[in-house]
Amino acid sequence: MSMSLPDSQEIIDDLAFFDDWEQRYQYIIDLGKSIPQMPKEKKTDANLVRGCQSSVWLDSTLDNGVIRFSVDSDAIIVQGLLALVMAAYNNKTPRQILDFDIAQYFAQLDLERHISPTRGNGLRAIVSRIQTLAKQSVN
Amino acid sequence: MSLDIQALRAQFPILSRQIDGKPLVYLDNAATTQKPQVVLDAILNFYTTTNANVHRGAHALSDEATRRYEQSRDDVAKFINANSREEVIWTAGTTESINMVAKGLAQQLTAGDEVVVTEMEHHANLVTWQQACKVSGATLNVAPILDNGELDLAAFSALLSTRTKLVAFPHVSNALGTVNPIKSLTQKAKAVGAWVLVDGAQGIAHGGVDVQDIGCDFYAFSGHKLFGPTGIGVLWGKHAVLKDWPVWLVGGEMIADVTYQDATWGVLPNRLEAGTPNIAGVIGLAAAVNWFSNLDTLAVQQHESALLASAHEQASNLDGMRVIGTAAHKMGVMSFMLANAHPADVGFILDRQGVAIRTGDNCAQPLMKKLGIPGTARASFSIYNTLEEVDILFDALRKATMMLA
Repeated sequence: MSMSLPDSQEIIDDLAFFDDWEQRYQYIIDLGKSIPQMPKEKKTDANLVRGCQSSVWLDSTLDNGVIRFSVDSDAIIVQGLLALVMAAYNNKTPRQILDFDIAQYFAQLDLERHISPTRGNGLRAIVSRIQTLAKQSVN
Repeated sequence: MSLDIQALRAQFPILSRQIDGKPLVYLDNAATTQKPQVVLDAILNFYTTTNANVHRGAHALSDEATRRYEQSRDDVAKFINANSREEVIWTAGTTESINMVAKGLAQQLTAGDEVVVTEMEHHANLVTWQQACKVSGATLNVAPILDNGELDLAAFSALLSTRTKLVAFPHVSNALGTVNPIKSLTQKAKAVGAWVLVDGAQGIAHGGVDVQDIGCDFYAFSGHKLFGPTGIGVLWGKHAVLKDWPVWLVGGEMIADVTYQDATWGVLPNRLEAGTPNIAGVIGLAAAVNWFSNLDTLAVQQHESALLASAHEQASNLDGMRVIGTAAHKMGVMSFMLANAHPADVGFILDRQGVAIRTGDNCAQPLMKKLGIPGTARASFSIYNTLEEVDILFDALRKATMMLA
């Protein structure tokens, strides 16, 4: 999937620049809108991660040693959070994915609440699905 | 008597919390209510001064713990006007209460028998009966609701027959706020000889529940939605029905005589209460019930109606807001959709403003499917909420509308 996303460091810098939550969320919403919609035929049950609050889809292909993802959500803020995850993981090698400290990244973004186990938005499940995928590709 | 809301709020320590620097506006009361200091004190006091197992000790502490534990049963029996204390069975909550009845029912159902529920059920009052029907070969009939979220009374009546063994419905719908006419529904079901279970999870905290007046066979509720602790609830059942109801959990406390090969069951309430109970939970629940009973029920209900009326009025003036569930008689709950925004997004943006609501399928997936929506946002009110908090909710919703446009 061709996503023209800023990289994870740029996102950290961008979000640090805003001093109120509204601007930060607006930035996340806009990021979410910038992700191309996942083609309908990719929104299969196998690609679905259901949360009780919102649903997310994840599809991936291994291409020239890097994993290319496509993602989607029915909620726009979750979509934006997925964009943050994609900035870290998309077009990276399985090794790079496994070496990336996602918890630290979300903490730096001051968004760790969103990947806590209590959140029913499927984001954490997506992250662990990506990590599992990377592990399988490394082996 | 009347209600001094500020004095009432002062009894709930958690209500003075801040979230992200903003005062907490807690509007998720249908999920769980907050606890007044007297309840917190009762639990701490039990563990600090009286902790012992009940019914089995040969010592002073155990006697004292047992006394307080059984006194709690009296308090709850009085609160719901049970005919006798033995009709109050402690459970882990509404879900376990309904499971206890459903597991027992499954043993008594055969193919050709029918169970009736409604389209507005919480999963706890649907999956339980659905599974009881599955294992027994009985049929589950689902009474439809009208577009406004009220039960279709004609259709409900049409489903009842001598084949109907049990009818279950919610006192108040957790997803729609609909208050069901539980007394007349019960009369209709009793007329065909069915057992009646009322899911009281959302009904109990609004005051005035009188199980004898309702005329049902079972009324189930949770302590934690009634200002009490989590993990404790009640199955109330008519003595004549409960005394022979098939036991579900077996083990200590509930038996009469045991040999290696056989056992006989004790009498109510013990026969339905296997194992060491949630003693501190029971005592906390009784503290909550006694605290709640001392409030002016009429004033409580008037205050809650005023909160909901204000919310509905402001909803009708907010562009793009659609209230899900517009029954003539509602309590506690306002579910809604905001323009094209996903409920989860609305929840995120309200959360950042200190406003706690529920978003999602409200544990009622079939209902959401019927309504053709992925879920709702849900604001639910309790006695300690204020009209100012309703205003804050709508300020927050206006901001959400703006940001998600």
